[in-house]
Amino acid sequence: MRMKLRSMLLLLAALTLFATACGGAEPSASEEAPAPEEADTEEADTDAGDTEDDDASAEAGDEGTEEPTGADDGDGETVSGSIEIDGSSTVGPLTDAIAEEYAAVQPDVIVNLGISGSGGGFERFCGTGDTDISNASRPIADDEVELCEENGIDFTEVRVGTDALTMVVNPETEFVDCLTTDEIVSIWGPDGVSNWSEVRDDFPDTPLEVFAPGTDSGTYDFFNETILEPSDIEAPRQDFNASEDDNIIAQGIIGTQGAWGYFGFAYFQENPETLKALAYDAGEGCVEPSIETAQDDSYKLTRPLFIYLKNESLAKPEVADFATFYLENVNSVIQDVGYIAAPDDRIAESQATVEDAIAEFGG
Amino acid sequence: MAISTPERTARRAVADLGRPTGRTFKERAFMWLLLVGTLISLLVLAVLIIDILRDGLGRLNLSLLTDYTSRFPEETGVRAGLTGTLSLMVLTPSMAFPLGVAAAVYLEEFASDNRWTRLLEANISNLAAVPSVVYGLLGAGVFVYLLADFTGGRSLLTGSVTLALLILPVIIVASREALRSVPRAIRDAGLALGATPLQVTARQTLPAALPGIMTGTILSVSRAIGETAPILVAGAVFSRRADNELWHPFEAYTALPIQIYDFVIRPQPEFAEAAAAAIILLMAILMVLNSAAIVLRNRYSRRW
Repeated sequence: MRMKLRSMLLLLAALTLFATACGGAEPSASEEAPAPEEADTEEADTDAGDTEDDDASAEAGDEGTEEPTGADDGDGETVSGSIEIDGSSTVGPLTDAIAEEYAAVQPDVIVNLGISGSGGGFERFCGTGDTDISNASRPIADDEVELCEENGIDFTEVRVGTDALTMVVNPETEFVDCLTTDEIVSIWGPDGVSNWSEVRDDFPDTPLEVFAPGTDSGTYDFFNETILEPSDIEAPRQDFNASEDDNIIAQGIIGTQGAWGYFGFAYFQENPETLKALAYDAGEGCVEPSIETAQDDSYKLTRPLFIYLKNESLAKPEVADFATFYLENVNSVIQDVGYIAAPDDRIAESQATVEDAIAEFGG
Repeated sequence: MAISTPERTARRAVADLGRPTGRTFKERAFMWLLLVGTLISLLVLAVLIIDILRDGLGRLNLSLLTDYTSRFPEETGVRAGLTGTLSLMVLTPSMAFPLGVAAAVYLEEFASDNRWTRLLEANISNLAAVPSVVYGLLGAGVFVYLLADFTGGRSLLTGSVTLALLILPVIIVASREALRSVPRAIRDAGLALGATPLQVTARQTLPAALPGIMTGTILSVSRAIGETAPILVAGAVFSRRADNELWHPFEAYTALPIQIYDFVIRPQPEFAEAAAAAIILLMAILMVLNSAAIVLRNRYSRRW
C-alpha cells in the first residue's frame, strides 16, 4: 500500500516534470528567446546606439517609399514591449503578416493579435481602451466615435489596403457571367428568388441556392450597405446558408449546382478553377473583379481596410515603430494574404498621417 | 491456462452470436444491434483519424513545432500554441486539483447529509453539464475585467483559471465517486484503532481513492486543453510570436485549438494540411494524457 502510493506519487511528479520540461525546453529549441519585457518607454530612448538590428531594419526600410524622418524611432534602434491589437477578421491576417515581418526585425516586441470582428475590436479600443491598434474593414461608426470620446480616447485612422468582394457561382452555372445591382437585389433581397429564371428572363430553369457570410461579419454588412441600402431595403433574405468561415462557403458553392454567394477576393483567388467569379454591373457596364479593376476603382464592390491607432499609445516607441513599419511594408505583403494594395499615393498619404501623429503624440 | 468463469461465459456468448442455440430471435437481434452500434462508432473514429493522418502526416515535422505562425502555409508553425497548451496543462490542474479534491473530501467524508448538502451536490452535478462557452463568458466577465488587477486581464492565468473552473465540477464528481468506492470497513478500522476522522481520511481513505481521483483529473484536463470556445472568449489571442511559460502567467497567451482554427479559416488550401498536422499533434497530447489515465487506473486501482 505504502509502496504503491509512493511510486504513484513519483509517477505524478514525473508527469508534471515532463510537462514543465516541455514548456521550458521549448524556448531553447531555436535561438534563445529573450524574456519579453514589459512596455518600457525609457529604455528604448537610451539604447539608440545599439546597432544589432541595423541590417534588418535598413532592408525593411528600403522597401518603403519614404524613409521615416520626423519620428525618434528611426532605423537601427531596438525597441521592446508588447503591442495589443484586436478587430476585423479580414484585416487580421494582413496585420499578422506585418507582425511576422516585424518579428524578424524587432524580436523583442510581442504583437498580440486578437480577432473579434471590426465591431468587437472597436468595443475594446474605445470601451475598455486596452488595445493600441484596432483592425477594421469599415470606417469607424458614429456611435463608436462617441464611445471613444466618452472615454477620452483619441485615435488616428490609417488606410492600409483594399479588399474586393467577389460574387461567385458554381462553374457549371455557365449562363451567368455578370449581374446588375437590380438582379443582385432580386437574389439577395428579402423576397429572394429560388430559381435563376426569375433573375433574368433568358436564364434557364435552374434552382438557385445562396451561400454567404454570417450576420456577424463585416462582409455581410458591407454587401447590404452597397447593394440593398441604395434601394432602401433594410434586411436581406433570411433563407441562405450562412457561415463565418469563408472556406465553408466556397465548399458549399463548389458542391451545389446553381449556387451563388460572395466573399473576400482571397478565397476566390485560391480556388480559381473550382469557382467562377461574376462581373458586377453598377450601371456602367460589366467589370470583372481583379487587382487592376479594384485599384483603378472601376470595380464597385471594393472596400477600404483600416487600422486605427490610439494616439496615446504612439508615445510607446514600439507602437510608433510598428505603425511606421506597417506602412513601409504593407504593399509588399498584402498580395500574400489575398488583398489588394492601396494606390501608392494613398499609402504615402497614410504614411504622412502616421508621421504627423507620431510627431504630435510620440514620446 | 485455466480460463476464469466470467471469461468463459463471455466467450460462449460471443460464439453464440450467430447460432440459434435456444435463444430467441429477439435476443440475437439485440446482440447484433449492439455490435453494429459499437462498430459504427469505431468506424467513424477510424475515418476521422485516417482522414486527418492522410492530410496532415506529410506536413508534420519538427519545424511545425519550433516555428511561429507565418502567412506562408509551408512555413507556418504552432510553437506559440504548443507552449500555451502545455502551460495550461500544468496551471489548470494545479488550481483545480486541490480545490476539487478538498470539496469532494468535505462532501463525502465530513458533510452531514442534510438538505443544504443535497442542494450543493445537485448544483455541482449541474455545473458539470454547463456548456463550456458559458465558463468562457464567466472568465471574460470576472477574470478579464473585474479582477484584472490580479489576473493581468487577458493573461495565461485568466485562461488557466477559466479552464480550472470548467473542470472543477468534473473533478469533484470523479473524486467523490473514487472516495465512495473505498469500503466503509477501512474507515471503521482506522477509527476503531483510535485515529481521528482527519487522520483516517488523510492516511487511509484519500490514498486509497487517489488512483481514481487522478484518473478523473487527467481525463478532465484532456478535455480542457481541447476546448477552443472558453479560452477564446476569455481573451486568448489569435496570434503571437512568443512562447508562453509557466513563470510568466501574466502574459497574453494562445493555445493549440486556436491556432488550428486560425489555419482552418485561412483561404490558402495548404493551410488545411498545417491544420491537420496541428490536429495530429493535439491528438497525440490527448492520447498521452488518456493513456496515463488508463495506466494509473490499471496499475493502482484495487478491488476490495
